[in-house]
Amino acid sequence: MARPHAVLAGGTDFYPARVGRAIEEDVLDIGAIPVLRGISSVSSGWRLGATTTWSDLLEADLPPLFDGLKQAAREVGGRQIQNAGTLAGNLCNASPAADGVPCLLALDAEIEIASSAATRRLPLDQFIIGVRHTALAPDELVVAIHIPKPAHEVRSAFLKLGARRYLVISIAMAAATLEVADGRITAARIAVGACSAVARRLPALEAALAGTRVDGHLGDRVDRAHLAPLTPIDDARGSAGYRSEAALVLLRRLLAGFAR
Amino acid sequence: MKVAFVLNGAAATWTGPPVTRLAAALRDDLGLTGTKVGCDAGDCGACTVLLDGRQVCACLVAVGQVEGRAVETVEGLTGGDGTLARLQKSFLAHGAAQCGICTPGMLMAAEELLRQTARPGRGEVEDALGGVLCRCTGYTKIVDAVLAATEPAPMVTPVVAPGAGAAVGARLPRVDGHAKVTGGDVFGADGIPADALWIRVVRSPHARARFTLGDLGPLRRRLAAVLTAADVPFNGFGIYPEIKDQPVLADGIVRYRGEAVLALVGERATVLSIRDDEVPIAWTVEPPVTGIDAATAAEAPLVQADRPKNLLLDGGVRHGDAAAAFAGCAAVADGVFETAFVEHAYIEPEAGWAQRVGDRIEIHVSTQTPYMDRDEIANVMQLRPESVRIVPTACGGGFGGKLDLSVQPLVGIAAWLLKRPVACVYTRPESMAATTKRHPARISAKFGCDADGKLVACDVSASFDTGAYASWGPTVANRVPVHAMGPYAVPHVRTWGEAFFTNGPPAGAFRGFGVPQAAIAHEAMMDELADKLGIDRLEFRHRNALRAGDMTATGQVLAHSAGLAQCLDALRPHWRRAHEAAVAFNDKAGVRRRGVGIGCMWYGIGNTSMSNPSRIRVGLSPAGTLTLYNGAVDIGQGSNTILTQIAADALGLPAAQFALVQGDTDLTADAGKTSASRQTFVSGRAAEGAGKDLRQQILRLANAGSDAVLSLDGGKVMVRDGAEVRTIDLATTGALVGEGTFDPPTTPLDANGQGIPYATYAFAAQMAEVEVDIELGTVKVQRIVAAHDVGKAINPTLVEGQIEGGIAQGLGLALMEEFLPGRTENLHDYLIPTIGDVPLIECILIEDREPLGPSGAKGVGEPGLVPTAPAILGAVHHATGVRARRVPLLPHRLYEAIVSLKGTGA
Repeated sequence: MARPHAVLAGGTDFYPARVGRAIEEDVLDIGAIPVLRGISSVSSGWRLGATTTWSDLLEADLPPLFDGLKQAAREVGGRQIQNAGTLAGNLCNASPAADGVPCLLALDAEIEIASSAATRRLPLDQFIIGVRHTALAPDELVVAIHIPKPAHEVRSAFLKLGARRYLVISIAMAAATLEVADGRITAARIAVGACSAVARRLPALEAALAGTRVDGHLGDRVDRAHLAPLTPIDDARGSAGYRSEAALVLLRRLLAGFAR
Repeated sequence: MKVAFVLNGAAATWTGPPVTRLAAALRDDLGLTGTKVGCDAGDCGACTVLLDGRQVCACLVAVGQVEGRAVETVEGLTGGDGTLARLQKSFLAHGAAQCGICTPGMLMAAEELLRQTARPGRGEVEDALGGVLCRCTGYTKIVDAVLAATEPAPMVTPVVAPGAGAAVGARLPRVDGHAKVTGGDVFGADGIPADALWIRVVRSPHARARFTLGDLGPLRRRLAAVLTAADVPFNGFGIYPEIKDQPVLADGIVRYRGEAVLALVGERATVLSIRDDEVPIAWTVEPPVTGIDAATAAEAPLVQADRPKNLLLDGGVRHGDAAAAFAGCAAVADGVFETAFVEHAYIEPEAGWAQRVGDRIEIHVSTQTPYMDRDEIANVMQLRPESVRIVPTACGGGFGGKLDLSVQPLVGIAAWLLKRPVACVYTRPESMAATTKRHPARISAKFGCDADGKLVACDVSASFDTGAYASWGPTVANRVPVHAMGPYAVPHVRTWGEAFFTNGPPAGAFRGFGVPQAAIAHEAMMDELADKLGIDRLEFRHRNALRAGDMTATGQVLAHSAGLAQCLDALRPHWRRAHEAAVAFNDKAGVRRRGVGIGCMWYGIGNTSMSNPSRIRVGLSPAGTLTLYNGAVDIGQGSNTILTQIAADALGLPAAQFALVQGDTDLTADAGKTSASRQTFVSGRAAEGAGKDLRQQILRLANAGSDAVLSLDGGKVMVRDGAEVRTIDLATTGALVGEGTFDPPTTPLDANGQGIPYATYAFAAQMAEVEVDIELGTVKVQRIVAAHDVGKAINPTLVEGQIEGGIAQGLGLALMEEFLPGRTENLHDYLIPTIGDVPLIECILIEDREPLGPSGAKGVGEPGLVPTAPAILGAVHHATGVRARRVPLLPHRLYEAIVSLKGTGA
């Protein structure tokens, strides 16, 4: 672990970065470590092992809290990628368009990190700190993703916008987790992806939703000002202005969907 | 590391670095080349295998991770006795494999699904196969094949084995299909000798630069050779005999990003381990000439020093007096339309290998044009053409992109110099950066009609960005003016085409040679004129359709086979239904709006006013082996099967009795290139001639009349003439060879573009139904009905396959495909349609017989694509009021247009 090395799990980001050249760096393959894979229920919530694949997640018996993350899992690449790609790999790759990140932000995910010396936990928004950049030290590994158990009944959902069906990098994504008691939102966690260097939570929107009734008007509560944390860019997939509009539309549809 | 696992049910071991890609281990070391590599990045799914029963991309799996696990590849689907699995049979019967490069991946993805779900629905099939790209089929027949494979036994498989005289018109499964569904077909990267050296090409990272090479000595000590421009005997190639402007290896100056500079030749691992920054190249970067405006600016730097004004060539068609005629028009429409570089994105990157055999060079390569390759290699290597043998491998998709040289000169020169087999396989990013593209176009169109909606005048100017080198630029610039008025009778025409050099990638041949770009313009004009006069868009086109007896703008009278009006008649009921459905849907106000659009096209078959002969032979050996010697390369479109069907009926023996020799320049005659939709029409006619010639020889030997019935049994031909049967013993007669040639009759175009550019034209009309999300600018194409006048459908399954595949590419052109050098050089940033993007497609085949063609057939390869984008864009206009002026109509572009339309209050 002392020498510089690349970590290999599902390979779905590792190999695409190495097309047409010899792989000569040191590689740490963590794919066959059983304790790193699988989903378990613990007293505080759920533990998703680092090498848990998207397909593992889709096939796991999980409460509605995970509906949004499962929707995201179905939108990751094609089946081949879902069968091989890992949840933690999606985070460590730290792409602005990582499909798992908005949902995991909206789930208040914490990242368990281990080195040979110690173990630590970081909230996801402190783990991914920039484009292709994480808080992981060279001698550390992501071991698991922890999802806390919410206080109330929870619903969650995810929407992705791309320029084609399947195998598409998102232009924009939105994820929401709503805690609901007596038909009213007690806590909302909303995140948007592909509209900033790292997917962002939208605290102002979350605050605006708190206490409101889950009805057909939920989508109308999204205001342009709520998007202030986003810093979309122009690229081949879309203009910055379009991304902002798309984020707004996705959020409205996402929230309106909870009333159905 | 030694890895032990179960491979297709049997124990297997592999030894090597555990980080090696499973795809490489399977292909290179375990000999299972049925698993194809299209991208090495998980973007195309061609390498899909099952790992513990689950589909994965073998290019993304570390072989160390399969220790103790079960790997299944396409080779494992076939039974031990060679019988095909049900799924494979279904793929074959439904025409689900065209070029076959994606077929193993499709089969394995489908296999995973069918093990989990006995009777999946269409949506489940799409979800399961969504990770495998196909560029040929449009996915329609793949979905059909998977669904049919799940039907309760006995499977209803149309096993077609037509008898003598009944092959033409039959849905014969591909004669070369078995190898495509078993993984046995040998593509460019599949048959490379184990002792071959490998080439890695060092390419320019700059669009325009000068360079000097430093000391190559250290590299040469690690390698067998480092080839530079100095090693190329004649360092220029190009499609036209007088324009050999593209160097095999750049000589001090590069003109586009991705241009070849050096070839590193050595052991495979060594060439792959050398990084570009270890190669001593000193660059002096210059500002590139990007786009037509930059190329035509007053002080524009020249891309090629001897090409003033950066002009490749220009020319046009004049008929009547268009400028004067507009004055008398009741309605006039005009507009400017722009298109982007479009990438062929065949799933098989360029690949091949060469070996020197004495004083000859033999090149095995994925190509569309073995004879042009032969002559070009002879020129580059300064050998006689007879000293060059081109052996086409299976071609994993071409679409025009494998009409230009790629690996051929590099492997040829290296193998010649080193006297060892040398191979080169492009990576996906290399394939995308280095090879030709569809020409970006800017088309200014103006059309006028009278009060009855009859077209009176048109004026179309098309400017093309031909990139750094000429390639097929002249072909595009010549073909477009002939087609730019659309498939309509217009008395007063002025059209103009011009192509300019830029520092973009060379723009070359791509399915349609510029006509798809022009069709976007003329079809938008038809819509606008129809709307101005309040005439239904279909009826407006029907009123103006070229019909037999009409004169074209080049002064050619179409004597026969101009079936556009019939195509439109066939669409009419669908058109009405679709309009009613759209109106009903749109009555419910919502964020989704539906629209219906129509696109028409015509397409001249074969070269424009140039000879393009084909020669085909049919041989009967003393042992009774009947062989089609076919120089026409089947790049997936099905010419091996079509030509066999034609030759079989012309001869009068069953197609099933034919063996096939394809493409090898030592064994077949020149049947021209697989391009310009010409193989069915031109080589088909030659195959018909060859079959007839052999039949005549047999009838003469038997002294039998022309109605005699032949049968072949071993070395004996039985000739039944009335009640009498005569037997010809081939051991006595010796081998018999029939030969046929055909060169479609054309004449040169004069200064005003008058003449007979093509012997015949295909016609088509397609109708698209779309749903637009007006808040997001996304377009879902829901259904396309395609009516094509193909003269005669020699094999309806293959004809439909061409149309469906063309539609998928047309959809990509309209909605998603834009090649940006340096930015979209892979298959996740450059988007082509997936199985989830292609709509339901209904094909209607109109057979307005072309007397020159074999059994009346014309071509269909390119026509499938041409009307699709216009139909989709017309439907978007119908749904939203937005007329797309620039494609691809990406979501953000459509969204912005919808917003600006609202802003103008339109």
